[in-house]
Amino acid sequence: MAQTHKQKRLSAWSTPVLLIAILLVFTVLITVFGDKSLARMAAQTLIRVTFVVGLWIFVGNSGVVSFGHAGYMAIGAYCSAWLTLKPQMKGLFLPDLWPFLANAEWHVFPAAVASGLLAAFVALLSGAAILRLSGIAASIATFAFLAIIYTVYSSWEGVTGATSSVVGLARYSDQWVTFGWASVTVLAAAWYANSSSGLALRASREDEVAADASGINMYRHRLISLVVSAFFTGVAGALFGHSLGVLNPSSFYLGVTFITLAMLVVGGIGSLTGAVTGVLVLSIIIEALVRMERGMEIGETTLALPTGAQEIIIGIIMILVLILRPAGLTGGRELRLRIGGR
Amino acid sequence: MNAIPQLFFDAMSLGGIYAMAALGIALIFGVMKLVNFAHGEYIAFCVFALIVPSTDAVAVMFLGKAPAFVLIPTLLCVGALVAVGSEFFVFRHMRKATPVAMMISSFALGFVIQNTLLLIYSSRPKAISLWPELNMPIDLIGASIPLLQIIVILTTLIVVVTLALLLKKTRIGLEMRAAAENFTMARLLGVRANVVITGAFALSGALAAAVALIMVTQTGVADVRMGGQIMLVAFIATVIGGLGSLPGAVAAGFLIGAASVILQGFLPLEARPFRDAFLYTLVIVSLLLRPDGLFASNSTKPRV
Repeated sequence: MAQTHKQKRLSAWSTPVLLIAILLVFTVLITVFGDKSLARMAAQTLIRVTFVVGLWIFVGNSGVVSFGHAGYMAIGAYCSAWLTLKPQMKGLFLPDLWPFLANAEWHVFPAAVASGLLAAFVALLSGAAILRLSGIAASIATFAFLAIIYTVYSSWEGVTGATSSVVGLARYSDQWVTFGWASVTVLAAAWYANSSSGLALRASREDEVAADASGINMYRHRLISLVVSAFFTGVAGALFGHSLGVLNPSSFYLGVTFITLAMLVVGGIGSLTGAVTGVLVLSIIIEALVRMERGMEIGETTLALPTGAQEIIIGIIMILVLILRPAGLTGGRELRLRIGGR
Repeated sequence: MNAIPQLFFDAMSLGGIYAMAALGIALIFGVMKLVNFAHGEYIAFCVFALIVPSTDAVAVMFLGKAPAFVLIPTLLCVGALVAVGSEFFVFRHMRKATPVAMMISSFALGFVIQNTLLLIYSSRPKAISLWPELNMPIDLIGASIPLLQIIVILTTLIVVVTLALLLKKTRIGLEMRAAAENFTMARLLGVRANVVITGAFALSGALAAAVALIMVTQTGVADVRMGGQIMLVAFIATVIGGLGSLPGAVAAGFLIGAASVILQGFLPLEARPFRDAFLYTLVIVSLLLRPDGLFASNSTKPRV
């Protein structure tokens, strides 16, 4: 027997709950069995989950590949630094900050929320222009946006410290803080995907013309999803800054753009489960390879990969996954419980 | 010194490099809708093929020792081989994949090539002196211009004309144009897909090698990351030019070169570090005004 509408909705809500449970198991396992460096790796992974799920809210639902989200991440990261750094430090390193920011000494949590809001606001402005385009032209425009943000942040000496790093951020993003934000992001992503705007947007992803003919205002829904998406990527940026303690514009450029997109595509761009799976799988493989580079003692001999082999192997793994499963590991399906029905 | 001719030659030679790189990307996009992010790494690969594998700061010439009439064809072949090899090992298996998956795998391939180069040559930029006499300035209509700039402009013209002739007059060229217009239809009419695609990759790789030669002579350094920036600009040029349109890619390459030289020349001093921000803003504006590109071909518009 087919499921009723109510059962379907319940079943859709089981996806984020299951995903958060997986993240919880991951975090608990690492906290209990891992050492300090593994805990740091867990925090980094959960920040990437926040970022990639945030990215998925836009890319997964609209089908437009965005290269610009690392820009929103940079905006969030620097905003949090402006708000939380000690005023003396800012006077020294970032002399041109506006008085309001220069004297600000916020608590880290409201600062993270404010960072997300600033990123969302910039997304509203930039998206209002960029999302008038569609397909590959929109992707290129997001690329141009990323390049603009990068150029501005790496040249604006007195406000962002330009290419010299901003240091001294409070390192509060441990695995539990990042787990909290990652869970919130997963919930928000599931909520958006099941909202009427999310459904309308996915309809336009499948067939632009048919959706248009059914009265869906694609531009509006894309803009909504971009704003929601940028909020969480901005928060991920803030968390990123507070996990390393150091900010540099080049951390938010092509490298992070591509590795996060790769995680999304390897996991499966069509589903929320895919976004989370991609991050976990690739992060775990990368960590394992990094450890192998350091060397592994088996009996009396030490086996070690040559330095740099890690990147080559991860690239080859990505290519193989894409050749064997072009729709990603999850193939666009969601992990969910069947409630009622058959 | 006369500023206007100087600016003109700067713009033309920078634009020429962008145009050649953009052509390499547009050729492949035309036949298989692949946005090839590995193109920048083809350029880097060709640069490093010139020198002996080592991690020292000063490069010892390897291929670069050969005289120009041997060096140029060999390097063009190296570029073509890398590109054809990447098609054979990676992209051939992805013909049915979505453009996004292909794009990401091309990025992954670039990542592999780049890190292999890093492993062999280390990340330190190396000094290379290839044909240093070409950087000697000569006087021309009141401006003092390095000979190389003139060579770049001439090379671009020769490459574009040769490519145009190849595409207009030969059988493979005709097939490529047919494939760029409508790949499925071309195959139904007897165009062999593998031949056309391999041909496009070979041409694209040879173009990357040409760009590599020019960049090395101009800058005198070999850096693993040198392909990234130019690939980005070339990629943008192909889109502004109208994806799939080869003349569009060339024109847009020159346009971006000109815009960036003009901005560099006329922006107030304090705004100059932000030059690229202005450039990319122009890119977005241009896309908003002409979303299909400045020189869109009819086939780029999706049919309902």
